[in-house]
Amino acid sequence: MTTDTLKMLGSAPMRYFNKRFEGFREDFSNINLQELAKSIVIPCVAFSIFLLIWAAAASQVNTSLGKLPGPARVWEQAMVLVDEHNEERGKEQRFYERQEKRNALKLAEDPNAEVKIRTYTGKPTFFDQIWTSLVTVATGFFIASLFAIPIGIVCGLSPVLYQAFNPLIQIFKPVSPLAWLPIVTMIVSAVYVANDPMFEKSYLNSAITVTLCCIWPTIINTTVGVSNISKDLLNVSQVLRLGWWTRVTKIVLPSSIPMMFAGLRVSLGIGWMVLIAAEMLAQNPGLGKFVWDEFQNGSSNSLARIMVAVFAIGLVGFMLDRLMLQLQKKVSWDKNAVLR
Amino acid sequence: MANEHLILSQVGIAFPTPNGPFTALENVNLKIEKGEFVSLIGHSGCGKSTVLNIVAGLYQATTGGVILDGKEVDEPGPDRAVVFQNHSLLPWLTARENVELAVKQVFKKSKSKAEMAEWVEHNLSLVHMEHAMHKRPDEISGGMKQRVGIARALAMEPKVLLMDEPFGALDALTRAHMQDSLIEIQARLNNTVIMITHDVDEAVLLSDRIVMMTNGPAATIGEILKVELPRPRNRVELANDPQYNHYRAEVLKFLYERQRHTEQKEPVESKKQDETNVTPIGKETVRAA
Repeated sequence: MTTDTLKMLGSAPMRYFNKRFEGFREDFSNINLQELAKSIVIPCVAFSIFLLIWAAAASQVNTSLGKLPGPARVWEQAMVLVDEHNEERGKEQRFYERQEKRNALKLAEDPNAEVKIRTYTGKPTFFDQIWTSLVTVATGFFIASLFAIPIGIVCGLSPVLYQAFNPLIQIFKPVSPLAWLPIVTMIVSAVYVANDPMFEKSYLNSAITVTLCCIWPTIINTTVGVSNISKDLLNVSQVLRLGWWTRVTKIVLPSSIPMMFAGLRVSLGIGWMVLIAAEMLAQNPGLGKFVWDEFQNGSSNSLARIMVAVFAIGLVGFMLDRLMLQLQKKVSWDKNAVLR
Repeated sequence: MANEHLILSQVGIAFPTPNGPFTALENVNLKIEKGEFVSLIGHSGCGKSTVLNIVAGLYQATTGGVILDGKEVDEPGPDRAVVFQNHSLLPWLTARENVELAVKQVFKKSKSKAEMAEWVEHNLSLVHMEHAMHKRPDEISGGMKQRVGIARALAMEPKVLLMDEPFGALDALTRAHMQDSLIEIQARLNNTVIMITHDVDEAVLLSDRIVMMTNGPAATIGEILKVELPRPRNRVELANDPQYNHYRAEVLKFLYERQRHTEQKEPVESKKQDETNVTPIGKETVRAA
């Protein structure tokens, strides 16, 4: 927009902006360029250098599945995965169209005929698998939060309970998902025996393993948040003679929310990382299984497809983290705190 | 005295330390009438805040006790509302909600919802905060936060209003403004007030009596000065008032002549205790002197 058009608009804020703009135009454009360079150009350059090094290094490595794929082949496979997805969706659509037609014909011949509606059972595409992984991690994370927040609150409020829980937390915190999974699998097989199971066992196994690995940061952070409530606020609650419930809901919870969400964010990150390993072993049809199947498959494209999965895992993890950050900013009452 | 509203009788407190109990206060005796404004003044670390916390019920006296309207004080409660030095507002609530929390807690049985809402607003208007009542503490200035803190305390309709260096964290101009506001509120409500301060002008300007505390450890009341200046008081007019300046001089003399070298006169044991104790009494006194 030129200065003239801005003047023509003539509203007060515009005029104000205009005035500021005139005065600072020089520095403004400089700052803008610098900011632009910082936020876009530098990451782009770094990423390009990474791609170059990758391309150069990959061509030097020979594996039993051929040369290590470079960026070009990985991109090609990513496109193949998209095509496979579209093709599968097309097949599904055609299947349902055929079924509808068949049923319509049947009903036209005999209005009382029983029509069968079958669901399409094609193999899951890469994007279906991403979705499965997301649902699984969300389940595990949700269960973890459901337990972690109340436990954290009571541990923060009561030094005795803290002493009781702390050793357990410290011992179980560093345990790998690969150690949990066999135990979880055995317990789920023993306990979850239904003729018409609502959930796949593999899904439960993966989700529970995620829960066991990502519950700890939320517990610890919530505990710290609750036990660090300012003494002044506790004095206020004493002077007001707030009851236990009012104290928890009006003072303890709000003041520990920033710490709690910091913990939830770490938990979700760990959960997503752990999920891939859990899915590999539990054979839950998500990204972990995709990686495992490609590894077992051993075609000349397998490595490139696994690398696509690596980038997908990274990107989804990054987006989950951003999502939690937005949530954290939204619920944090301390708007001056810098969250990143 | 005919009207003994609040009595502090033989109040003393000792805190446990690794080297045995540390006596912070000893033999504090004070009787306060209804509607009286009393200031506690003394050097940092002399136990002024401890006295206030005992009256509030946040600390339990080791010896002696506090009696309010014939009943012993043994726990905190809204009949002894506290205005804390650093406002202590809940940062996630607006000014209005902060006052509302107190009002709901104190009047949930005796007032209807509409009455409570009206009472909240009435108290906010007393401290001239009705224009910013929907703002959160981090959106308003330090003086405004303290106003809300005072509104919250007043809204509890306390028998005694306790103020712990209420204006200590404010700049001089804001402080003067807040003192004028407090004079105005006091003229309307005539509350019983105990205020802690280390500002001599503030003490003389606001108080009916000034209680001067000796330095710790084992601090106690050194002198009590009755301030018989007519109300309403005006800071500008009082600046050249000989009576006012006399009171000022009295307090200053107490603080900087009689209480100046106390730590050097102290017995050897207590000095030793002083060094190992967590409460930095000795050092603070040196700085104040």
